[in-house]
Amino acid sequence: MPANRPAADCSEQLVAAVAEAASQGQPVYISAGGSKRHILGRNCDAAPLDVSAHSGIIDYQPSELVLTARAGTPLVEILETLHQQGQTLPCEPPLFGGRATLGGTLACNLSGPARPWGGSIRDLVLGLQLINGRAERLNFGGKVMKNVAGYDVSRLQAGAQGTLGVITQISLKVLPLPQRSLTLAFELNAQHALDVMHARAGKSGPLSAACWQEQRLYLRLQGADPAVEQAARDWGGQALEPELADKFWSSLRDMTEAFFSGPEPLWRFSVNPTAAAGLTGEHSIIDWCGAQRWLRGEHSLATLQQLARGAGGNVSLFAGGNRDGQVLPTPDPVIARLQLRLKQAFDPAGIFNPGRLYRHDTDALSQGTSQCT
Amino acid sequence: MKKGSAAQALTALPPIAGPELLRRLQQSLPAHCIIDQRESLRPFECDGLTIYKELPLLAVLPETAEQVQQVLEICHQLSVPVVARGSGTGLCAGAMPHPEGVLLVLSKLDRILDIDPLARTARVECGVSNLSISAAAAQFGLYYGPDPSSQIACSIGGNVAENSGGVHCLKYGLTVHNVLGVELLTVSGERVTIGSQGLDSPGYDLLALLIGSEGLLGVVVEVTVRLLPSPELAQVVMAGFDSVSAAGDAVGAVIAAGIIPAGLEMMDALAIQAAEDFAAAGYPRDASALLLCEVDGTEAEVAADSARVAKLFRELGATSVISSANETERALLWKGRKCAFPAVGRLAPDYYCMDGTIPRSQVSYVLGEIARLSAVYGLRVANVFHAGDGNLHPLILFDASDAGQLHRAEQLGADILTLSVEVGGCITGEHGVGLEKLRQMSHQFSPAELLLLEDIKSAFDPQLNLNPGKGIPILKRCQEYRALPSYHQHD
Repeated sequence: MPANRPAADCSEQLVAAVAEAASQGQPVYISAGGSKRHILGRNCDAAPLDVSAHSGIIDYQPSELVLTARAGTPLVEILETLHQQGQTLPCEPPLFGGRATLGGTLACNLSGPARPWGGSIRDLVLGLQLINGRAERLNFGGKVMKNVAGYDVSRLQAGAQGTLGVITQISLKVLPLPQRSLTLAFELNAQHALDVMHARAGKSGPLSAACWQEQRLYLRLQGADPAVEQAARDWGGQALEPELADKFWSSLRDMTEAFFSGPEPLWRFSVNPTAAAGLTGEHSIIDWCGAQRWLRGEHSLATLQQLARGAGGNVSLFAGGNRDGQVLPTPDPVIARLQLRLKQAFDPAGIFNPGRLYRHDTDALSQGTSQCT
Repeated sequence: MKKGSAAQALTALPPIAGPELLRRLQQSLPAHCIIDQRESLRPFECDGLTIYKELPLLAVLPETAEQVQQVLEICHQLSVPVVARGSGTGLCAGAMPHPEGVLLVLSKLDRILDIDPLARTARVECGVSNLSISAAAAQFGLYYGPDPSSQIACSIGGNVAENSGGVHCLKYGLTVHNVLGVELLTVSGERVTIGSQGLDSPGYDLLALLIGSEGLLGVVVEVTVRLLPSPELAQVVMAGFDSVSAAGDAVGAVIAAGIIPAGLEMMDALAIQAAEDFAAAGYPRDASALLLCEVDGTEAEVAADSARVAKLFRELGATSVISSANETERALLWKGRKCAFPAVGRLAPDYYCMDGTIPRSQVSYVLGEIARLSAVYGLRVANVFHAGDGNLHPLILFDASDAGQLHRAEQLGADILTLSVEVGGCITGEHGVGLEKLRQMSHQFSPAELLLLEDIKSAFDPQLNLNPGKGIPILKRCQEYRALPSYHQHD
């Protein structure tokens, strides 16, 4: 793990950089740790706007369950601070070798195996500060658990991949670390594993992750001692050694398993958790209790999207393949129009991460302008 | 918003073509779905915040999503304001009608379309009540998490509009955490699916934007919610304290101990008295503050957690501690809290419910300041507090037939919201801005922030016809905006 960066408030410099970019009409690519540059979105060759120096935890009140940090703060630094107080980020975000930062994690809305129970980073966001395309520093949400004043601009950033502005500061809800953690493994085929996952998830219990790969189902139990012990007794299976279990879940979270290595295209399905195992077959990973499935190989986006659509969800080209081409399914025309108008509201000059989400967003944006005035 | 410019806006816009509107709606909807007589419109003049009232031009009660679509198309073509309304239990005048607009009453869209016990989801029409989702899911051992106090009546569509919470949201989240997707009708009547059956969707998170948008961005006709497995057991620990600050410390101690209660509620002396008179739940009448802490989970888990909570409460000076021994006792302890609003309502002809959220650590200071303001304005205030998540509901008691008291109640309410923002909180935790808190929006947001909110509104509703005059102040478009009449503008 890299050493913690010095805490520094560089928001003035970031505002100045955005103002300069806006006045010149010069697009920027927002980055910090660079851990997601080549995954998730499309290639973006704009000049980098480095947020990594804008780092540090600004406020942390364990009894309030709220932490506020600058966007460039590495997640490992945040987790270290939280763990000292017996707390954590329940969405279990990928750390990517320590390079993942808070801002990038929200922009990409990445969550780990705990997602179905611990929620996503989007679910934890209470408020944020953002520099919009007019170089204005804006605050939305707050540092309290409930806040319904104004539209939820904070959560809108989740998955927007920086196309709506430069996130500079985020306030999050944090939760206590579970008292106990135990992983059970079962030798099962994919469909049988899905059936077991849903049977377990349908009853009250300490389930916190459910993943199938290579003919094995892994169920992680987390919570109060008595609850974990009781479930371990009732559910059977083979208990993994704690170290082995930690390694399994962290390599799944950080995508360092062998399954994820190599240049072959990596497809991510986000679908109805009960979709049949045949959707991605026996050579895939089924995570999130069935709601997230990973597939490798040369396929056409359109063909896979048809399958994903039939399973109540979507597919994306998460890594590899042609990253100058289309990586997300073509949105419904009404949604496309709403997205373009939102993009224009936040970033009228189209300077933030052009083309990161969709191939023709800049062209489409100029058409959108004439439509909505 | 300047009154002058709003008044100009009213004259600048073409008059609403009332007869043409009625004729076209009659072509699309059965006669019994349209109300255009003043006397029959009276029940729709306000939502749960009864101090703001207005009659709509007419009200429609469509029975299908297709009819809602037709209403929107017609109103869009004639540029008529549309205010959507669910069950009318809202507390911010968000569903108060527009005098030149159509009130779109969605309560007849009340079908539960599908429950999938395996995927643990329910697909329901927007007018279905919150509680009836849990009732329908109960046969599968599942329930819907968010439980606002109005859950027996409030609709899921209204919950989406307000991002409703309830007493269990520290552990189980708000509406935004429990909705997977919606069927949205845009202002012009286009139908589009937002969200999916998966846990996320590509592109911008429009679902997050719509939830809590108070009917300003579109009309939701169908909602897919996530269901949770019912806990094996739940138990309530009730504790009385002789000061608000002692109770506040006890709340902090529970959280610091790593316990996330399913519910954690505080009531002050006046609320305790009122609730006990109303519900006879066995609350300690001599206490200055009361805590209700619910823990849930497996039997063994609940036994361990409730013992820890009771011990913490005793150590921190609780004057009485009682744990529910069974479901009947648990329900009775909650009954007092869930009836707190009507119970307090019996103490005065009217009450005005506020909804600030504050950092938990500030509760003692804030309640002290509210007591001071209460004396200054000469109005009693009872406080009910979702202590787990810092959401404070001061209930201001007054008599609306006395114009002076109504005015003082509004001023006291505004001061409490300002106080909430000053201590690092916000003006509304779960009730919404609506018409009521429009003026306070400028306390929480800068002009640039308000302009961005306005641009988001325009992205969905360029002519500003959905619920105009609510939710966000419109700064730059007054000249072409059909605002509410000036007597609703409070400035």
